[in-house]
Amino acid sequence: MNQRGKKLQQVFEEPACATNQAKPSQERKKGCNRQLAPGAAAGGCAFDGAKITLQPITDVAHLIHGPIACEGNSWDSRGARSSGPQLYRTSFTTNMNEQDIIFGGEKHLYKAIKEIVEKYDPPAVFVYQTCVPSMIGDDLEAVCKAASKKLCKPVIPINVPGFVGSKNLGNKLAGEALLEYVIGTEEPEVTTPYDINIIGEYNLSGELWQVKPLLDELGVRILSCISGDAKYHEVARSHRARAAMMVCSKAMINVARKMEERYGIPFFEGSFYGIGDMSEALRSIAQLLVGRGAPAELLDRTEVVIRREESRAWQRIAPYRERLAGKRVLLFTGGVKSWSVVAALQEAGMVITGTSVKKSTPADKDRIKELVKEDAHMFDDLKPREMYKMLKEAQADIMLSGGRTQFVALKAKMPWLDINQERHHAYAGYEGMVALVHEIDKALSNPMWELVRNPAPWESAAGMEALSIQIA
Amino acid sequence: MARVATSEKQCTVNPLKMSQPIGAALAFMGIENSMPLLHGSQGCTSFGLVLFVRHFREAIPMQTTAMSEVATVLGGFENVEQAIINIANRTKPGLIGICSTGVAEIKGDDAQGFLKLIRASHPELGHIALVDVSTPDFHGSLQDGWAVAVTRMVEDLVETPPLEARLSRRVNVLPGCHITPGDIDELRDIFEAFSLDPFFLPDLSGSLDGHIPAEFTPTTLGGISLEHIRRMGSSCWTIAIGEQMRGAAITLEHRTGVPYKLFERLTGLAANDELMSFLSQISEVPVPRKYRRQRSQLVDAMLDGHFYFGGKKIALAAEPDLLATMAHWLREMGCEVQAAVTTTKSPILQDIPVEEVLLGDLEDLEARAAGADLIVTHSHGRQAAERLRIPLFRIGLPLFDRLGAGHQMIVGYRGTRDLVFEIGNIFMANAHEPTPETWIPHERHTSPLVTLEISQPVQ
Repeated sequence: MNQRGKKLQQVFEEPACATNQAKPSQERKKGCNRQLAPGAAAGGCAFDGAKITLQPITDVAHLIHGPIACEGNSWDSRGARSSGPQLYRTSFTTNMNEQDIIFGGEKHLYKAIKEIVEKYDPPAVFVYQTCVPSMIGDDLEAVCKAASKKLCKPVIPINVPGFVGSKNLGNKLAGEALLEYVIGTEEPEVTTPYDINIIGEYNLSGELWQVKPLLDELGVRILSCISGDAKYHEVARSHRARAAMMVCSKAMINVARKMEERYGIPFFEGSFYGIGDMSEALRSIAQLLVGRGAPAELLDRTEVVIRREESRAWQRIAPYRERLAGKRVLLFTGGVKSWSVVAALQEAGMVITGTSVKKSTPADKDRIKELVKEDAHMFDDLKPREMYKMLKEAQADIMLSGGRTQFVALKAKMPWLDINQERHHAYAGYEGMVALVHEIDKALSNPMWELVRNPAPWESAAGMEALSIQIA
Repeated sequence: MARVATSEKQCTVNPLKMSQPIGAALAFMGIENSMPLLHGSQGCTSFGLVLFVRHFREAIPMQTTAMSEVATVLGGFENVEQAIINIANRTKPGLIGICSTGVAEIKGDDAQGFLKLIRASHPELGHIALVDVSTPDFHGSLQDGWAVAVTRMVEDLVETPPLEARLSRRVNVLPGCHITPGDIDELRDIFEAFSLDPFFLPDLSGSLDGHIPAEFTPTTLGGISLEHIRRMGSSCWTIAIGEQMRGAAITLEHRTGVPYKLFERLTGLAANDELMSFLSQISEVPVPRKYRRQRSQLVDAMLDGHFYFGGKKIALAAEPDLLATMAHWLREMGCEVQAAVTTTKSPILQDIPVEEVLLGDLEDLEARAAGADLIVTHSHGRQAAERLRIPLFRIGLPLFDRLGAGHQMIVGYRGTRDLVFEIGNIFMANAHEPTPETWIPHERHTSPLVTLEISQPVQ
């Protein structure tokens, strides 16, 4: 089995993954890669997933080894923000041509790495393998190893050809690359008892900055965020953190678990979305740090901050109640993460009338039932056509979902809010929940809806009558 | 006469180019009730889909054969077959356009052979047109993919011999990939004003112009019907727009005898004079009053605007036909093309009024744009423009940080007139106001030329 094959097997057998634990051992070996249906598939490939995971590292040159499609069609499309370096927004690709296909792309790749190092001198180069070089047998690891040596610069192989699987698998393989080549390769200058890692947070729309001021106030230092607004050296030194938070999705669970195993860094799984979840996250961070020897007074200070911020957030949400009370929300999103926003929506008086449970586990479904209480519809697999019909018949007042269903809602003239990762607004922490309610209010109260929903006057007798009266 | 050079760099930085398969997919989106299918791994489709969604702000029909690693080794027949069956069942399209990718081409999947086998074993799919097109990612660019897809549709879908006698009012129009839905709407109006009945292949104006359909459809919202494509052999003329469409126009002529006329561009006074004269001749209708008036408005706009265009230096990057359109037009308005970067080879590149046309990327453009008054390229130019502090006029695909990409309209007298205003306004807004130091001779303070050289990126 080649190196990538071994990595894949490891990722599939991830013991900390709850879905995996629930499977019998034979099935576990087969991996969590659902076979995709040709002609009925949606979503990105493993390379896509790896880039999503690692590109937020801001000072690194991200080089994509492949034909123009992989990078040329996709670059500068995500909203991960940086507080400093901008190199991560520069796009690098070998743009392979026929020559490379015939003679192999290894020399081309090496020269490209060399050019980057000479021109841009980044702290490291991350090289992503795609399908085409993988098919023709370019040895990514060997080229990166040789380049590291010759150029005296970390050159990190990320072996993620798209055809090995889904975006989620790519997230995990990217994490494996960090574990193997980056994390633990450097030592921090100073450490404190308050050092934490945040794993699986990408600082989209600057969401990390909605949370960081509170951590700053508590004296908690983010030694490394993997990978939002991160710098290479921070990730390389992240093994000295005292505790870690793994942010909602399971995409990086392998990183959290292996860092615990190798470096003794305890972690918890938490979320910054939703007021209750945010408080729980702060509390858990404090508890883990105190458990590792930080002074116990941190717990009290944390409670003070939580109490203050919670009451401030509820106070700021309350004025929306009058306008939002009774509004019906359709919530369509991937995993369970969106459920942490439900409490805030309910606090503002809104009612959840339907949700998708396509990717939810039985435990998730129970939690949903508990949260919505009343009989909200749980849809297993709602086809766009049926969704359109529902929206057209105004069985809801607003839909919150990801970009994929945006136009189904808009074409049905239904208010819509993006709550997936491509969104342009930051919804994390206490600030974020207030912002979300504010955005919903803005969407719902726009006078435009009434105008666009009215049919043209000549399309109804009543409309024509109104017109003729005006003329008379 | 421009020298056409290729960048010597090993690493492409900030790509200008996009891949062939998504160009072909875009062409299939101009057909009614169609579904483009990329034969490759699912990422090939999802990247293209996201790109088009961001550009058009519309739902984009596009599917994948979802090749896994194993399928890639064993060959993709089952995946192509399964994809076609699934699409047929789920979305009931009239046409499926199968575009190959790098993965499929390296494996050597024989798409035509696959389709023959599928046809033989699935008579129930008989009513669906299946067109395959070879578009490896490691060759050419989006423009090439579009062109070859249109040629393939002409080969597979136009009936020969023609179904009916030649119709004197019917014309075929083959627009290049740089012609927007808004451009097509304008051109249709122009043709119809000459009592002509144009069939646009492809026709993005019905499918990606951003409108509210009466019903939900999982395939394209509009576009040219298969029936109209079949009948293209009965037109009296084919009008191709952009050099990229010459191949499709010649193929159509060979197969049906319909003569073609190619317009390299439809932006600019002389270019549109040529179009109007041609349409007037073939239709035997005098140029309508509306267009005489629009011509006069354009002439006036050029007179008012030339003050701001004269001597301005432009850094341009676009696919060949759009590059040629913009370069020639800007030159006509008195600008100097300081840098021209493009994506793929084309015979028109050597005629572009500039010393060198470079097949390169946006890093090359950035290195050559210092001191320019305007950068003209797609939205990916925004980072370079910010760094150089030069205004950016966004044109081409993708335009993801502006509204109305599908309706950017630069053809005809009217489109050209509005372009004079739009770009002229950028020049006006960025005019350098004089300061007390403006007229102090250079040697007495730091020469701006020296500063510019320092600020260039290290080569």
